[in-house]
Amino acid sequence: MVRKPAAKESTSNVSRDELLKYYRDMLLIRRFEEKAGQLYGMGLIGGFCHLYIGQEAVVVGLEAAAKEGDKRITSYRDHGHMLACGMEARGVMAELTGRSGGYSKGKGGSMHMFSREKHFYGGHGIVAAQVPLGAGLAFADKYRGNDNVTFAYFGDGAANQGQVYETYNMAELWNLPVVFVIENNQYAMGTSMKRSTKSTTLFGRGEAFGIKGEQVDGMDVLAVKAAAEKAVAQCRAGNGPYILEVMTYRYRGHSMSDPAKYRTREEVQKMRDERDAIEHVRDLLLTGKHASEDDLKAIDKEIKDIVNDSAEFAKESPEPALEELWTDIYAEEKSA
Amino acid sequence: MATEILMPALSPTMEEGTLAKWLVKEGDTVKSGDILAEIETDKATMEFEAVDEGIVGKLLIAEGTQGVKVNTPIAVLVEEGESADAAPAAKAEPTPAAAEAPAAAPAQAAAPAPAPVVDQSPDWPEGTPMKTMTVREALREAMEEEMTRDDTVFLMGEEVGEYQGAYKISQGLLDKFGPRRVVDTPISEIGFAGIGTGAAMAGLRPIVEFMTFNFAMQAMDHIINSAAKTLYMSGGQMGAPMVFRGPNGAAARVAAQHSQDYAAWFAQIPGLKVVMPYSAADAKGLLKQAIRDNNPVVFLENEILYGRSFEVPDLEDFTIPFGKAKVVRQGRDVTLVSFGIGMTHALEAAEKLAGEGIEAEVIDLRTLRPIDYATVIASVQKTNRCVTVEEGFPVCSIGNHLSAYIMENAFDYLDAPVINCTGKDVPMPYAANLEKHALITSDEVVAAVKKVTYR
Ligand SMILES: Cc1ncc(C[n+]2csc(CCOP(=O)(O)OP(=O)(O)O)c2C)c(N)n1
Ligand SMILES: [Mg+2]
Repeated sequence: MVRKPAAKESTSNVSRDELLKYYRDMLLIRRFEEKAGQLYGMGLIGGFCHLYIGQEAVVVGLEAAAKEGDKRITSYRDHGHMLACGMEARGVMAELTGRSGGYSKGKGGSMHMFSREKHFYGGHGIVAAQVPLGAGLAFADKYRGNDNVTFAYFGDGAANQGQVYETYNMAELWNLPVVFVIENNQYAMGTSMKRSTKSTTLFGRGEAFGIKGEQVDGMDVLAVKAAAEKAVAQCRAGNGPYILEVMTYRYRGHSMSDPAKYRTREEVQKMRDERDAIEHVRDLLLTGKHASEDDLKAIDKEIKDIVNDSAEFAKESPEPALEELWTDIYAEEKSA
Repeated sequence: MATEILMPALSPTMEEGTLAKWLVKEGDTVKSGDILAEIETDKATMEFEAVDEGIVGKLLIAEGTQGVKVNTPIAVLVEEGESADAAPAAKAEPTPAAAEAPAAAPAQAAAPAPAPVVDQSPDWPEGTPMKTMTVREALREAMEEEMTRDDTVFLMGEEVGEYQGAYKISQGLLDKFGPRRVVDTPISEIGFAGIGTGAAMAGLRPIVEFMTFNFAMQAMDHIINSAAKTLYMSGGQMGAPMVFRGPNGAAARVAAQHSQDYAAWFAQIPGLKVVMPYSAADAKGLLKQAIRDNNPVVFLENEILYGRSFEVPDLEDFTIPFGKAKVVRQGRDVTLVSFGIGMTHALEAAEKLAGEGIEAEVIDLRTLRPIDYATVIASVQKTNRCVTVEEGFPVCSIGNHLSAYIMENAFDYLDAPVINCTGKDVPMPYAANLEKHALITSDEVVAAVKKVTYR
């Protein structure tokens, strides 16, 4: 296995606890997603199910720069974002199986989950709709005069939707505290970036609106974290939006039913072998003597237990009562 | 411990598949992510990855086997030094641990029948002093009062601020509330409708003004998919308390792309509330109600009505509840049901009919979601005849829906089929004479009433 050596500069100031936290958080996402794939295979999860495997460092790196009160919103590929912001694995898995113990009582499914408590605003199935919605969340924080920041995640495919550019324009015009996070996994379903645009970068499109941005190695959680801190600082200081184009890769198909004929097995295998974000942190932990193989084994076990527990919960949680069909369509009448 | 690998479901519709090819053989060590096999589903050939690590102990299904049912064990994974026979006996099909569902849903699929309780209580106390006001002034006052009352209410849209409103509905609001709360937007309907919806999800109460509803087509996705559905999709955790408002329907001589009534489109969507006022008092009381409502409200105004004057109660604060139609004129011979500018034609027709001795009862629905079915049914039970009046297109109109509802719920009371008077089934033409013909007229309403009363 040929792995790139860990970049020196990005690791120098990282504590053992931090590295362990990233390792744990990324591993939880990966194991959770693998389990979700398995439950899908067993027919316990239905419909569309988009796994985040391969992209874990993006959301874990971004969350490392967040503080309480910050908001996040993303697309249908959302399980990782929920786990990373502290939502319970049980509630997420039970939503995937369409059970009453899920975050949306089983009514949202894989693509639509929310948590007011963790400031997670979905879970959106219409490609790029979350971009103006995210700017709206930031608008609300600016209106209220606090220093919260919103992370609006979207894909390389979503970046070709017109509403993204309407949003860029208004976000910069109004100085909204929003970090636009483009998760560039290089494919939108079966369409590679090369087949959808002649732009060579996506963050560069912000320049037309006066928005600064940069490209980041999304397989290196420390690089993502460093870029996120810079972006967040700019937003918190009231200097308006920032774009992070995070270069990443999804190992699995677009959704569970994607035969993935648009790329070679070798391409995927090469990413897995040489650039895997979790292996990267594992290397840092071991070579830096921050942790022993046994320490990491213990973490693996801990994570496996959480994931298995969530799967058990998701299988045992009852389906929603039929009355739920008719609830949550309208909120009660009036504001106070 | 040995684990069984089961035939996976690899698409939302797959029930069985062909095990096209094994990519591992017995004795191979596999780790999570390794491709185990190629499986042909009902749609495509898919690669099937390992989730657990271990050694392939046994391949249970031969390459090329067709019709392998989902969840059938296809291989056994063992740990170092373990035999494949240690696999647990095949488990029963994993069935959802669901509470046994009763055979029929508790509520019917169709809207539940209305409680036959008719509420025609006055909208404001008897003896309230009245003042004359245009619909335009009424709408402006409603926004001004609600913005004064609640700091989370703000207005956004094209030309709402410095220009004082394309139709002058927001006149003076920028001066009074400043640019934080009266936000001029660029011409970006999908963008600002999305930003407004996001702000509402975060707890503000935006009023999103569309210069006209024709341009809201650009923003349809956020109105329907983002604003209307979030409360349901989040299991009640968050919704979008907001108002989408602006002029809707035909103005005058602005042709096809600027003249359309969208009432029926929005009225179809669960999660939205839809309001279409006629009078200035209703415009004011219903807009105030809409701003206070915790749901997304589509508030359909009309350019031609903006300049019309009505009597409005001179009250510090009043609202009009949704789902309460108003019997604007009493009559015993026929029920005319209308809303918005359709009321102009309905009332004009009633006047003409009175001259011929036909007493029409005229109902202004005021809100289209919820609809006050009870008031309509009670009136039809009295008059036994009904004509609906609206400006929109005839196919799948509000009138169509009411006809069906009346047929289902008051069939025995009907002495004639319900007639729907609507705009014509054509894009709005520009030529003055053609435009006149495309729109509904009070003469057409009169003719329809004569038909249902067999005169
Ligand atoms: C408006 C819209 N168009 C098309 C789709 C179907 N669709 C779902 S995901 C997707 C690809 C999006 O790719 P990208 O934005 O790169 O995100 P990724 O899936 O890679 O995370 C498409 C075309 C959709 N859901 N919404
Ligand atoms: Mg992509």
